[in-house]
Amino acid sequence: MSQVTMTVNGKAASGEIEGRTLLVDFLRETLNLTGTHVGCDTSQCGACVVHVNGKAIKACTMFAAEAEGAEVKTIEGMANADGSLGTIQQAFQDHHGLQCGFCTPGMVMSAAALLQDNPKPSEAEIRDYLEGNLCRCTGYHNIIKAILAASGQDADAIAAE
Amino acid sequence: MPADGGIGASTKRREDVRFLSGTGRYTDDIKLHGEAHAAFARSDVAHGRIVSIDTSLAESMPGVLAVFTGEDFVDVGGNPAGWLIHSRDGEPMKEPKRPVLAHGKVRHVGDAYAAVVAERLEQARDAVEAIEVEIEEVSAVVDMSNAVAGEDLVHDEIGTNVCFDWGWIEDNRAATDAAISAAPHVTTLNLVNNRLVANPMEPRASIADYDAGTGDYTLYTTSQNPHVSRLLICAFVLGVPENKLKVIAPDVGGGFGSKIYHYGEEALVLTAAKKLGRPVRWTCTRSEAFMADAQGRDHVTKIELACEKDGTFIAFRTETNANVGAYLSNFSTVTPTFLHGTLMAGNYAVPNVYVNVKAVFTNTAPVDAYRGAGRPEATYSLERVIDMAARELGIDPIEIRRKNFVKPDQFPFASAAGLEYDTGDYDALMDKLEALADRSGFEARAEASKASGKLRGFGVNSYIEACGIAPSNLVGILGSRVGLYDAATVRVNATGSLSVMVGAHSHGQGHETAFPQVVSEMLGIDPTSIEIVHGDTSKIPFGMGTYGSRSLAVCGSAVVRATEKIIDKAKKIAAHMLEVSDTDIEFKDGQFSVSGTDKSVAFGDVAFKAYVPHGYPVESLEPGLEETAFYDPANFTYPAGAYACEIELDPETGKVTIERFAAVDDFGNVINPMIVDGQVHGGIAQGIGQALLEGCVYDENGQLLSGSYMDYAMPRADDLPFYSVDHSCQTPCTHNPLGVKGCGEAGAIGSPPTVVNAVIDALQRAGHDITHIDMPLSPSRVWSAMQG
Repeated sequence: MSQVTMTVNGKAASGEIEGRTLLVDFLRETLNLTGTHVGCDTSQCGACVVHVNGKAIKACTMFAAEAEGAEVKTIEGMANADGSLGTIQQAFQDHHGLQCGFCTPGMVMSAAALLQDNPKPSEAEIRDYLEGNLCRCTGYHNIIKAILAASGQDADAIAAE
Repeated sequence: MPADGGIGASTKRREDVRFLSGTGRYTDDIKLHGEAHAAFARSDVAHGRIVSIDTSLAESMPGVLAVFTGEDFVDVGGNPAGWLIHSRDGEPMKEPKRPVLAHGKVRHVGDAYAAVVAERLEQARDAVEAIEVEIEEVSAVVDMSNAVAGEDLVHDEIGTNVCFDWGWIEDNRAATDAAISAAPHVTTLNLVNNRLVANPMEPRASIADYDAGTGDYTLYTTSQNPHVSRLLICAFVLGVPENKLKVIAPDVGGGFGSKIYHYGEEALVLTAAKKLGRPVRWTCTRSEAFMADAQGRDHVTKIELACEKDGTFIAFRTETNANVGAYLSNFSTVTPTFLHGTLMAGNYAVPNVYVNVKAVFTNTAPVDAYRGAGRPEATYSLERVIDMAARELGIDPIEIRRKNFVKPDQFPFASAAGLEYDTGDYDALMDKLEALADRSGFEARAEASKASGKLRGFGVNSYIEACGIAPSNLVGILGSRVGLYDAATVRVNATGSLSVMVGAHSHGQGHETAFPQVVSEMLGIDPTSIEIVHGDTSKIPFGMGTYGSRSLAVCGSAVVRATEKIIDKAKKIAAHMLEVSDTDIEFKDGQFSVSGTDKSVAFGDVAFKAYVPHGYPVESLEPGLEETAFYDPANFTYPAGAYACEIELDPETGKVTIERFAAVDDFGNVINPMIVDGQVHGGIAQGIGQALLEGCVYDENGQLLSGSYMDYAMPRADDLPFYSVDHSCQTPCTHNPLGVKGCGEAGAIGSPPTVVNAVIDALQRAGHDITHIDMPLSPSRVWSAMQG
C-alpha cells in the first residue's frame, strides 16, 4: 500500500492505494465519489469519464498512482457555485438527455471536454466525439440535442433537418 | 399542452437532478459497515461433468472468509419458471432444476460452480483463481436443429433437449394447413431472429445483510420488480418467510428485461451474509454479464404467408425453434409462446393463423424476455414475409398492408391468433407515416444517392403489441404461475403533501415525474408536493414491477383507483367540516365545495382534519387519509404503429447507414410526451442495433465469441440518426381509466423489419436478386450477399 495525493473538484484528496488500484476505484471506494460509474471492464463504455488536468479520460484506464499531484474533476464538481446544475447538466435535463442516468456522468464529462475544445460542434462532430460513451436508453437523440443546446445552437431545428 | 404539470405536459424529470449531479444511488454505490465481497468461479467450457472441486487452497488464501460450491445448495430449491407451458400432446413442459451454483454439470460458459467471500474484492478474485476444479468436457449442444434431433443432452435427466412443443391455436391447425394448400399464392421465408444481449449500462449487483438479532434479511439488488424477486427467493429458492426478507431495488441503471429475473448470485450473497454474520456484496463485471445475464430473442423460424393474387391474406403458418439456453429463466417459457404466438395475426384481418414453437435447451446462457419479448420476433417474421409477398405479387408494400388492416369499425376485433384488440386505426397511422417519412420525396433522394454511387432503399412496416401485462384470470388459464395486477398506496400526509407508494419500478422510465402528473391532475394540487416511493418491499404494496410496457397501464391505473378512494373519503371529511351530506360535496381544482353555495374547504384543510381529528365523527369515519388499490387489467392493451426508414448502402463495402427514420405510434392517451418520445428513441436504437450491429455468437463448441464491447457491437452515437417520432394518432385504451397503452417496447418491436425491408429494397432496386439477409446486416453479410 502507498499514499496518493491529488486535487479532486478543487479539494485536496489523499488515500492509501495498492499499485493496482484504478483511479475510478480510488474515486468511488476511497473518496466515496460514486457519481463516476463503472459499466464495463474493457474501457469501452465511458461511464467513468472524468477530467484529469483538464482532459477527458476514462478513469478505468489509469492507475490512481498515476494521478499523483493531478487536478481531477468529476461529475460531483460540475454544478454551479450555488449548487444549481451547470449549463451542460441543465441542457441534459431540458432535452431529456438521460433516462436511467447510469451513463450520464460520463456523457456530461465527455460533453464538457468536447465543448472546451470545440465550442460549437456540428451534429456529426458530437456523434463522432461520443464514440467512446455508450448509452442504452436514449438512442442518443436527446443527448446530441442537449449538447447542441449547451453550445448555444438551435437543437430542435438541427434535429428536424 | 397543459402548463401545470398535469396530464399531457412535458414536465421535466425531477429525478434528473440527482443523476446529473452524481448523487444517484445505485446498488454498487451503497456501502454497508463491515461488508465482505463475493466473487464467482465460472465455467470456461460450455458443457462438462464436474469431477472434483478442491477449495482447500482457496480457503487458505489471505482474507478468505468462506468458499461455497453447488454441494452447499443441494437442499435448497431451484430458481423456477414462472409460466407452465403444455405441449401439443398435453404433456407439461420439462423443468430441470436450476440450482444456485452448478452441481454435477456445468451447462454454459459462465455457469457459476463456486463462489468465494473475502474481506476485499481483490482477495476474493485471487482466491477464485486458486479453486482447483476438474471438469470433464462433454459435447456441447449449440445448434438448435442438432439439439432437437441429437443424443447429447443438456439435462440428462429429462431425456430430451426439447422443453415443449407448443401449438397455437392447435384447433386451427387443420384449417390453416388446408387454407395454405388451397391458396393461389404462398410466400415462404426462413429467417433467424438473432440472439441479443440486453446490456443495461449498469451491471447487476447485489448486497445482502442479515440481522442475527431479528432474523431479518435485507437484499439490495438491481431488480425491475423487487416483490417478484422476494417471492421467488422466499417461496421457491431459500424458503425464507417473506416477512423476513426486505428487497430494495434502489436506482437501477436500465433493465430491458434482464433485471426482471432472480439470479443465483442473489441467493448466494443472502446465504453468505447469514453464515458470516456480516453484509456480503457482489457486483457483476461486464464480462460476467455477457456470460451470465439472461439474453434475448434467438429464434429460427420458417413462416409461410398464403394469399390471394390481389394480396388478400388467407393464412400465416409459423414453425419456430426458440432457444431457451441451458436453464429456464423465470419468464423464458412465456416469451416465445403467449407473447409471440398470440401476435401472429399482426394488424391484419387474416382468417387463419397457426404457430408451432419448440423451446430448445442448449449449452448457452439462458434466454428470456428482452425489450419487446416475443412481440419483436412476431413482428419481424410477419413484416418480412409480407414485404416478400408484396414483391412477388407486384403490389406496393404499403398497399398490401392497408388492404389487410383491421378497419376502425371492426373493433373490438377478435384476431385469428386469439386476442381481442380493443381499439385502433391502422390506416390513420399509415397516413401519418407517409407524410412524416416524406415518402413522395424518396425517389428524388434515391436519385441523389445513385449520383454519389450509393444505393438507397425505403422500408416500411406495421406492428401491434400486447402490453399492459396482464389480466390475471386469463394468464392463469394460460399457465402463468403468478398474477399480473399491480398496486399503489396513496398516503396524504397531515400537512397536505402526498407519498404515493407504487409496485412499478422506475429504471429510466421517469415514474417519479409522470405518476405525480396523474395524481396532480386528479387532485388539483401542485405535482411537486407529490412524492413517488418505489423499489422497497417494506414500503410499497405488493406489485409486480416494470416490464411489458405495463407500468402506467397497470400500476398507473392502481394509482388512479387509490386516488379515487382518497377523493371519496376526503369528501366525507369535507362534508363533516361543512356540515352537509357528502352527496352535496363537489370536488374540483383542489377544493371541496357545497353544491350551489360558496362554502368550501381546501384539500389541505381536509388532510389536516384527517390527522388532527378534533370534532371528528370517529364513530362513523376513521381518521387518516391513506388508501390502497390493486388493479387487475381486463385485457391487454394494444399499442400499434407504422414505421419507415431510408437507408443508404455503399456497394463497395456493404455498409448500411440509416439516413431517415420515422415512427408513428398509437399509445392511446399520453401523460408526458417528452418521456414517451424518449422511450421510442431508445427502442428504435435497440431495434436498429439488432438489425445492423448486434449479435451474440457462440462457436460450435459453445464458446462465447462476443464476450465484451470489443466483440459485441453496441449501437454508438455515430451509428444512429435523429429520429422523427409522432404519437398524435390516439385511440385511447377502452378498458383502463387513463386510456393509456404503454410505450416502452414499441421502438424495439417496430424497427428491425423496417430496416431490413429498406436494405432489401435498396438491393432489389439496384437489380440484385436478394430477397433476404439474416440480421445483423453487417457490411460483410450484405457485401457477401451482393457477390451472389
